[in-house]
Amino acid sequence: MSVTASAVQETIPQARTARVVNDFAIQVATVNGSGSQTANLVLLRAIFQMGVPVSGKNMFPSNIAGLPTWYTIRASSKGYIGRKKEVDFLVAMNPETAREDVLTLPRGAAAVYDEPLKLKDLRSDVVFYPVPFDKLITPITHDAKLRRLVRNMIYDGVLAKLLSIDMAQMERALRKQLGKKEKAIALNLSALTAGYEYAEATLPKLDPFVIEPMNKTHGMILLEGNAAAAIGCMMAGVTFVSWYPITPSSSLCESLIDYLKKYRKDPETGKATYAVIQAEDEIAALGMVIGASWVGARAMTSTSGPGISLMAEFAGLGYYTEVPAVIFDIQRVGPSTGLPTRTAQQDILSAAVLSHGDTKHPLLLPSSVSECYSMAMDAFDLAERLQTPVFVMSDLDLGMNTWMSYPLEYPKKPIDRGKRLDEATLERIGEFARYRDVDGDGIPYRTVPGDGMPAYFARGSGHNETAQYSERADDYANNLDRLARKFETARTLVPKPEIDLVRGARIGVIAYGTTHWAIVESRDQLKAEHGLDLSYLRLRAFPFTPEVFDFIDRCDRVYLVEQNRDAQMLSLLQMECTPAQFAKLGSIRHYIGLPIDGRSVTTELLKHEEEERAR
Amino acid sequence: MSTDTTVQPPAPGKKLNRIGLEPLAYRGGKTTLCAGCGHNAITERIIESFFELGIDPTQVIKLSGIGCSSKAPAYFLSSAHGFNSVHGRMPSVATGAVVANRTMIAVGVSGDGDTGAIGIGQFVHLMRRNLPIVYIIEDNGCYGLTKGQFSPTADLGSTLKTGVVNDLPPIDACALAIELGASFVARSFSGDPKQLKAILKAAISHRGTAMIDVISPCVTFNDHEGSTKSYSYVKDHDEPLADVSFVPFFEQVTAEYDPGATIAVTLHNGSKIVLRKMAEDYQPTDKMSALRLLHETMSRGEYATGILYIEPDKQDFIDLLGITDEPLATLPEAKTRPGKAVLDEIMDTFQ
Repeated sequence: MSVTASAVQETIPQARTARVVNDFAIQVATVNGSGSQTANLVLLRAIFQMGVPVSGKNMFPSNIAGLPTWYTIRASSKGYIGRKKEVDFLVAMNPETAREDVLTLPRGAAAVYDEPLKLKDLRSDVVFYPVPFDKLITPITHDAKLRRLVRNMIYDGVLAKLLSIDMAQMERALRKQLGKKEKAIALNLSALTAGYEYAEATLPKLDPFVIEPMNKTHGMILLEGNAAAAIGCMMAGVTFVSWYPITPSSSLCESLIDYLKKYRKDPETGKATYAVIQAEDEIAALGMVIGASWVGARAMTSTSGPGISLMAEFAGLGYYTEVPAVIFDIQRVGPSTGLPTRTAQQDILSAAVLSHGDTKHPLLLPSSVSECYSMAMDAFDLAERLQTPVFVMSDLDLGMNTWMSYPLEYPKKPIDRGKRLDEATLERIGEFARYRDVDGDGIPYRTVPGDGMPAYFARGSGHNETAQYSERADDYANNLDRLARKFETARTLVPKPEIDLVRGARIGVIAYGTTHWAIVESRDQLKAEHGLDLSYLRLRAFPFTPEVFDFIDRCDRVYLVEQNRDAQMLSLLQMECTPAQFAKLGSIRHYIGLPIDGRSVTTELLKHEEEERAR
Repeated sequence: MSTDTTVQPPAPGKKLNRIGLEPLAYRGGKTTLCAGCGHNAITERIIESFFELGIDPTQVIKLSGIGCSSKAPAYFLSSAHGFNSVHGRMPSVATGAVVANRTMIAVGVSGDGDTGAIGIGQFVHLMRRNLPIVYIIEDNGCYGLTKGQFSPTADLGSTLKTGVVNDLPPIDACALAIELGASFVARSFSGDPKQLKAILKAAISHRGTAMIDVISPCVTFNDHEGSTKSYSYVKDHDEPLADVSFVPFFEQVTAEYDPGATIAVTLHNGSKIVLRKMAEDYQPTDKMSALRLLHETMSRGEYATGILYIEPDKQDFIDLLGITDEPLATLPEAKTRPGKAVLDEIMDTFQ
């Protein structure tokens, strides 16, 4: 390596022209198992600490070590935290993907790369910064294993210099990331400094990208949706958890276990006020939840698509025996092998009607880490209030990636245990019948073993209102009609949508979950670039509340944007629409395994509008 | 179903148990199983056992899967909560229920198809966890409710009514349970009321998984010549290992036992099981000996009945979990929702 090696950048025409401040995406391409996650999170956190809105998205393989991984850090002065389609600044560390990573960069991008990869001749419209990582790491440690792990910290140092990221913030972020491991901190700091000093001495700044301090992250925190959901479950007073490991759901239960161990010991006896069981499969996981909930515990499980499929029979049993259950579905792509570590919103239809026979389940649709938290509590309250399984439909992007958020707020409402029969109620209603609609809302009164109230025998669909086995036609039909009534009650209790009606806007967009972040950005793009105003409704639950239909009525056309192939939420919505509403609905879908981005929505929506005009 | 559990003053001369309840308080709905079904005899023994032990039926939970056997919980202890779950999955529902309320006594009723086929996975893991439950397999070697197909406990070479021969070896639920970690494993016969009742009482008093495989002939589909689960076959091939007697903690041991010929096991609540040995090499506290005995008797086409294996002091799943004495299900909000300081502390870690 010599100084002249970096002279190639002089061919770049736009270098040193318009500076791009706090608005670009950095992508780090590595091999998984190489310890790059620490380096990536330090970079993310340092930018965040400089007050610049930031988001981090990990695209990782279903593998422990040796396959390509890409981590994208997006800085956005406007606060966009969805995925950005274009990569502006590449760190190419993986020989296997480096060529394609460089070839797919947009014009004017920049790339730091491991010098032996010899990438600089691939493009003349990209700024290249070769860095001899192996040479730089050699003096730092003799231990080959440690070298491999801290090697990545060198690119943090290089980027700190090239992007003007405050080294004091880098160090602070590193200490935050590594905690009290002083030896590791010292080693990583040396690598960080080596990278910085190398860039300072050898790499003249030729790209336009810089980070400058702002004040847009003050008072905010960084966390993953699964951690937020775990905190929500603990604050919801969960007492029983059973689960089966599955990506991208495992970290929810693993975080929860950590929090419960720390904060849910009985202060007097030191014993656990909860039980967590790693089940033999997802069938058993939901079976245990139903058993625990039947006797009155607040019980939950967390899984992803394959687990949802396995839980189908028990979900129906929960529906018909009217036992509460909270089921987190951290959605991912498809069955078996394939893309189990990629994000999707593909379980909407199957979760909504999971099981055989007539079943429908409430779904909660968090789009942010704070909703992962608040909807965890909502889910427990709704499950007990409605005496039915409730699904929280998160996804890999929300669950496993790092998001900015305001600190989670302490719950204002007490825990709702629903309609439990007590002496006073028994006196008032005269007689206990487990499945009788006493109050007209479809929700019966419930007793649990050991509560001193009358017992009942829980069984599937064939029972009368006193829970006795019955195959009578009227008993069956009455029960189904009451369950349908109960679902109407659910409609009044689930979280209402968030609506932004723009005066004069004729087009509406409906989205949910993480698709929200792409919509926020796309609406701004459409307004700025095409003068097009969009009204927006963000769904927060199924069943749909009346506001959803009112929104459709107020628009000429409505696009439902979602991350699956078959327009699953749209299908659910169409089932309840009038013909006039139905005719207004269009669909924009995104299903490539990566989080949806604003630009794709904008492009698609304009294409649809073009077709609309042509018609 | 409003069931009044308060004790009615008994009619003069009515037999009452030690908590003042009469036998009727332990009965359930009328059986809908076939007349002569072994399962009905098992139901009767369950009723007698709970009555004689003087256990409050409202402190019992009854669970089952699907099949003829799994209908049984509706026929005993009507003032206990019951859960007829889905096929083969009673173990998971029971696990959740028992963990969520550790004070309840759990009785799970399953069948040979429900346990040995569709439910073998959940069965295996329940045994492994040593969950405190009485797990009864009402074992007739066939699927009664779907009209007589072979189940996985059907013996090699046994035939269906139609003449079809079973060409796969049986699963021995007892050997499996011992291997997997169940701490009380027994086999009995619905046609031996004395032995079955003694085993049931011991099982109810045991802490940990008490697995009882009860050969219970299906009079409709599996009681013919060529069946190895018919009344006549089981009567002829029943090899009791010991004369089982059960002495509850609230009674004194009165009889004298020859220490050479008897084995006495004391359970955690002070109750005693007294086994007067019939088989010479019978050692119910020795896992290897129990497994050897099972294999040897099976190879002779015999059913070794009695308490096959017992480990009275093994840690059960509840202890293992380290949960509070107060049931998880009834913990108040003050104990389950941490205060604001905890949330603040957690939020600080994300700053």
